[in-house]
Amino acid sequence: MEQLGLILLNGLVYGLLLFMLSVGLTLIFGMMGVLNLAHASFYMLGAFLAFTISIRLGFWAALIIVPVLVGLIGAVVERYGLRTVHKHGHLAELLFTFGLAFIIGEVVPLIWGRTPVPYRVPAALDFPLFSIAGNAYPAYRLFMMAVAIAMFLVLYLALARTRLGLVVRAALTHPDMVGMLGHDVPKVFTLVFGAGCALAGLAGVIAGNAFTTEPGMARSLGAIVFAIVVMGGLGSIWGALVASLLIGFVQTASISLDMPLGTALMHLGIPVNTAMLTDLWQITIARVAPVVPYVLLILVLALRPRGLMGTRSA
Amino acid sequence: MMLSVQGLQAWYGKSQVLRGVNLQVARGEIVALLGRNGAGRSTMLKAIMGGVARDGRIQFDGTEIGRLAPHQVARLGLGYVPEDRSIFPDLTTAQNLILGEKPGPGGKFGLDDAYALFPRLRERADAPAGALSGGEQQMLAMCRTLMGSPALLMVDEPTEGLAPMMVQKVRELLVAVAARGVTILLVEQKLDIALAISQRLYVMGHGEIVFEGTPASLAGNAQVRREWLEV
Ligand SMILES: Nc1ncnc2c1ncn2[C@@H]1O[C@H](COP(=O)(O)OP(=O)(O)O)[C@@H](O)[C@H]1O
Ligand SMILES: [Mg+2]
Repeated sequence: MEQLGLILLNGLVYGLLLFMLSVGLTLIFGMMGVLNLAHASFYMLGAFLAFTISIRLGFWAALIIVPVLVGLIGAVVERYGLRTVHKHGHLAELLFTFGLAFIIGEVVPLIWGRTPVPYRVPAALDFPLFSIAGNAYPAYRLFMMAVAIAMFLVLYLALARTRLGLVVRAALTHPDMVGMLGHDVPKVFTLVFGAGCALAGLAGVIAGNAFTTEPGMARSLGAIVFAIVVMGGLGSIWGALVASLLIGFVQTASISLDMPLGTALMHLGIPVNTAMLTDLWQITIARVAPVVPYVLLILVLALRPRGLMGTRSA
Repeated sequence: MMLSVQGLQAWYGKSQVLRGVNLQVARGEIVALLGRNGAGRSTMLKAIMGGVARDGRIQFDGTEIGRLAPHQVARLGLGYVPEDRSIFPDLTTAQNLILGEKPGPGGKFGLDDAYALFPRLRERADAPAGALSGGEQQMLAMCRTLMGSPALLMVDEPTEGLAPMMVQKVRELLVAVAARGVTILLVEQKLDIALAISQRLYVMGHGEIVFEGTPASLAGNAQVRREWLEV
């Protein structure tokens, strides 16, 4: 029972973190029709900048400064890069973001080196909060959850209650029409791209020290975030939320399950002939955990090509 | 002239659709733009708004708008209602209307005016716009554009696919809007409506203007109707 509680808690934190990344990506895709391949690179940039800034000014300053900084970098990239490429079509835009991901991926190790940097949880939050299922639960995890929930509420209110939020949601389905009603759509694109990057940067600040800040972090998380956005339905905010939480829980659960695959399937009432493919059934669930998101992705797309809540097919 | 278009050309990729169109609309007029499917009427409205690749002179109230972005054209006072209506389906009826409000001068037409013109919109104010019927969506699209208080309203086939009752309502709305002093450029398929409510009309064929005149002159010109309009 406590084990389940721990999985739910960790799954929620991880899921909300994934949402912080996927919501920006799905909004950018929905409005501009561009899959931003550099999105996770902004997450990495956030983590490394947070490392440097927290040494000089402390973690709390980094928590405020880094998202703003990464958001500004994103806005500049959109305004002076993507917007110029826009007239050459979506393929050119896709290649542009690919190049950008590549550049960030090379520049980061040039500045910070190829090995993990010692970006640490702030001392004020570095203590066990309570004990659950025999594990000490770090206070910082709860802090991550609080930041993620605060971000979710702010984002929700901004989209649901403000005029700019209305414009953004309208542009998800008919960007051209929004422009012809007199709204400066290119400016809104820049804002949304910047805001999406700021959220990715924020995720980097709060996750970089809980996990590891190293030059490969964009690649490993990037793939999962793409899977989430496609699974949730390209351009769907609610889809991104559901898929993020789903992957968060499923992956956390599978990592903590030490059980062999065959036994797990039998527990689920799926009979397997363990005499065949003996080795396969011996693999523990924890070891297949990294593929789980992609298996889910393929399952969802096979059953619903539009994604969980999408309106257009992937 | 309120709107003056000279030598307008437009392209989708490499294929040219408009081949040098001249068209004028004076303040206070209802002008109809007729033609068969594929003649280039929708492209004409999109080109004026800046929604397709184009070249030529377009003047609105003396300002050259041929190189402006769509939102800049709209802010000068051009309202556009597209053929597909482009309703924002996930937003409510009221939110759709609110999005029609524009920064800058205006404020002559508000939510209450929209509801007065078509009371059904008030009843459906909090329903997702995607749940409205086709006719209601057409009314919503027109009222949404009117919320920006345009001086010139360009409407693309507003009666297409509607039941006779709704066609009548759309027609009444256009007449009411014109009575409020809004100039109208109307793309229509139904000849009877165009003949009844417009002061002047143009007929397009293959991306060019092939006839220009009054309803009476078109009514009396069976040859133009046979060659360019009847199917
Ligand atoms: N988005 C588009 N891409 C390519 N060709 C188009 C597009 N829209 C319209 N066309 C072509 O342009 C021509 C004019 O179309 P349109 O302006 O829609 O005519 P109308 O509104 O008079 O029916 C047609 O031959 C049509 O096939
Ligand atoms: Mg048309």
